[in-house]
Amino acid sequence: MARFKKKKEEGQQRINTSSLPDIIFMLLFFFMVTTVMREVTLIVKVSPPEAVAVQKLEKKSLVSYIYVGVPLKKQKYGTESRIQLNDSFANVDDIQDFIIQEREERDESERKFLTTSIKADENTRMGVITDIKQELRKIGAFKINYSSRKVTEKDVM
Amino acid sequence: MASRSTPEINAGSMADIAFLLLIFFLVTTTMDIDTGITRKLPPPVEDDTDIDIKQRNVFKVLVNSADRLLVEDKPGDIRTLKSQAKEFITNPTNSEDLPEKRLETIDYLGEVEISKGVISLKNDRGTSYEMYIAVQDELTKVFQELRNELSVQHFGVKYDNLVNEDKRNAIQDAIPMAISEAEPENVGDN
Repeated sequence: MARFKKKKEEGQQRINTSSLPDIIFMLLFFFMVTTVMREVTLIVKVSPPEAVAVQKLEKKSLVSYIYVGVPLKKQKYGTESRIQLNDSFANVDDIQDFIIQEREERDESERKFLTTSIKADENTRMGVITDIKQELRKIGAFKINYSSRKVTEKDVM
Repeated sequence: MASRSTPEINAGSMADIAFLLLIFFLVTTTMDIDTGITRKLPPPVEDDTDIDIKQRNVFKVLVNSADRLLVEDKPGDIRTLKSQAKEFITNPTNSEDLPEKRLETIDYLGEVEISKGVISLKNDRGTSYEMYIAVQDELTKVFQELRNELSVQHFGVKYDNLVNEDKRNAIQDAIPMAISEAEPENVGDN
């Protein structure tokens, strides 16, 4: 019986917490690595439309984005839908140059997989989109993706 | 002096600092996966040669600037568009007005009937993007459903879950995504 008593005397064992910071650091590094900071600051308001039959856009490095929407600073730039390429407003004529530039940034072998993602606001008129599509056709960027939020069938009904 | 050891830095708050950083990155991380409707644009046409397609093989969808639909020359509804388009593509009763089919042998599938139907989509410059995507979505659903059905029938799994590239291509060949967009025209007010 004495042996049992001895154990009781030791009291509750404390969990060693000295490795807690290491665990937290590990988590921290995981999130630091996976975090993708937004590369461009949006200057147009983009709220993509909803769709059910969407596909995932794979290989983000092979995607170039075209943003279309109403400028965030309405007083300064008006309420007309504008195109944003990289960090500035652009016209339809600039799209060809933009695609050429995007192509040059990629490897020769990867160029044919380049996808253009059109991120347009749901209230945009199709006129702008059609113009963009015509420009893309001229330059030969045939793979496009209409960015849209995935919803399930139930949400729509 | 010897008795005084170098004071240790208290590392107890290390965890707190790490937590703070962790929470910062947790909040800023956006794990959103870009999703969207993928399409392939047709190459630009050099000459204005009209390709003759039989009337029965074309399913016309028009969207006007007020976001109203005209399906096969009749006012349409977005809710019934999918079933209409599906009936058109499959032509279950082999009707004279609905598209023809051609028999073709495809690897993995054997002899399959391929619909010659093409969905022609035309929109106005004033159509809203939201409506356009909604229509595209409905039409995509048609092909997705048909592909799923065929895939389940032959391979027992849905098309999206097919891993084998050859099998995927076979399904794609059997049910081509036949959505054609008309050349833009300037009609009506913007």
